[in-house]
Amino acid sequence: MSVLAARGLHKAFGALAVTQNVSLEVAAGEVHALIGPNGAGKSSLIAQLAGALRPDAGRVLLDGADVTALPAHRRARLGLARTFQVSALVADLSALENVALAVQARARRPLAPFRRAAGDAALEGPAREMLAAVGLEARAAVAAGALAHGERRALEIASALALAPRCVLLDEPLAGMGHDEAARMIALLGRLRGRFAMLLVEHDMAAVFALADRVSVLVQGRIIACGPPGAVRADPAVRAAYLGDAAAC
Amino acid sequence: MTRALAAALFALLVVAPLAAQAAGNTWLLSLATSAAITAIAAVSLQLVVGTAGLVSLGHAAFLGIGSYAVLILAGWGLDEAALSLPVAMLAAALFAWPTSWLALRARGVGFIMVTLAFGQMAYFAAGALAAYGGDDGMPLDRTPTLFGSALLARPLALHALALVLLAAGVLAASALGASRFGRVLRAARADPARLAALGFDVARTRLIACVMAGAAGGAAGWLMAVQSGFVSPATLDWRVAGRLLVMVILGGAATPAGAMAGAIGLTLIEEALSAVTEHGRIGVGALLLLVALGRLRRTA
Repeated sequence: MSVLAARGLHKAFGALAVTQNVSLEVAAGEVHALIGPNGAGKSSLIAQLAGALRPDAGRVLLDGADVTALPAHRRARLGLARTFQVSALVADLSALENVALAVQARARRPLAPFRRAAGDAALEGPAREMLAAVGLEARAAVAAGALAHGERRALEIASALALAPRCVLLDEPLAGMGHDEAARMIALLGRLRGRFAMLLVEHDMAAVFALADRVSVLVQGRIIACGPPGAVRADPAVRAAYLGDAAAC
Repeated sequence: MTRALAAALFALLVVAPLAAQAAGNTWLLSLATSAAITAIAAVSLQLVVGTAGLVSLGHAAFLGIGSYAVLILAGWGLDEAALSLPVAMLAAALFAWPTSWLALRARGVGFIMVTLAFGQMAYFAAGALAAYGGDDGMPLDRTPTLFGSALLARPLALHALALVLLAAGVLAASALGASRFGRVLRAARADPARLAALGFDVARTRLIACVMAGAAGGAAGWLMAVQSGFVSPATLDWRVAGRLLVMVILGGAATPAGAMAGAIGLTLIEEALSAVTEHGRIGVGALLLLVALGRLRRTA
């Protein structure tokens, strides 16, 4: 059974249908890439899966359970984590504190009113492990706002890890990265493969073909192809609609 | 810096009764008590404005509800502080709950407008209470008793109570701000969607903060009624809320101690300036301008 599934999702803003009858399955442990040209509706689809945007029709299933009516924070508690296209860390908290905030979300008393958050070993212990997993342990004390772009994206991954997710929605984790940063992020995601399922929205075709078990292609709100990377790359419709000359990569 | 200033101003309120006695001036003690009570109101507002980052212009409603609780209970022959203070806080919290829930549906300026609207509704509702003096308000027949004693009728005892409640309020608010709860509130200021993605129910967390602030505001209103012996809709005027907001911002908005310093400082400065000139408010305006400009320069 798939960890995350979309069934016949539809969303329109006025006359503009950004999601049209989209069905999608992400299997346990799978890396499922979602590609498509700019304006194809990838971010809107991610927002609907995460619960930030309510679809007009269709259902979202998490581990087989219908979560379409649940708000984002309830889906997160059920194991659906996400990273944002624009890094949305708390800039004035340290790297460690940012991950500790995610650990806190899973803690037994996440909103304890008189339990001091700073220096709480119950939060910062696991947070250190997550930082180590993404290679940021040396940057623990640095304010998130002062980290390099690539480090901030890795920190987001660490926060997602802290949620012990079943599935992570990765919204363009390589966006804005230089070649070396991108290579490090691809290696990191490769190491994390299998710990949870990933729905990877990405423009970087090298990353998609290096990581993905399956690729879905979204064009103008519709999925026009879905399958293993090789098959999708060879699909004439995909080549025409999206990859074009870039298919040479 | 803010902490030292806050501690110094609190110490000033502690020694105020001695100065009042030495000068043979009861007005000085009354001013100090009033500053302490205003500080409680400002500290409660800081939780919403500073920690949660939600600018509210409706905080005067909670003060008014706390004040009217004293008057209404007294009218029923219930003038025991041990009863009326919790009732005042509970009533303010019960008003805060649905109104904040609705205000939290709005964002940014919307939150300001909705809190202002509910504040104005409470203001006009108070003015319509004909049995309690309508627009003119009404004096309390007598000061509430404290466990049956007439202690609160003594200005010094009331001053002590106000200081104890202020100290407790600042300490509790500081602990709350540094807690897990406070961290979520502060983290949600910049990007609530991110906190939701982690699994935090941001709206509910903010609602809890608003209700707590409302209850504490009710306590401040209760103290105002007991001190002045008079309850009127003027307490619910939106300008009262605006003045509290100025105090919180003057104190840097970030900490309860800062809000306390802002409240005591502004109260004393206003009094000092009005003693020198009847145009004292112009001086207050100039001071606010200086503080705002100074802060701009620091952030620039």
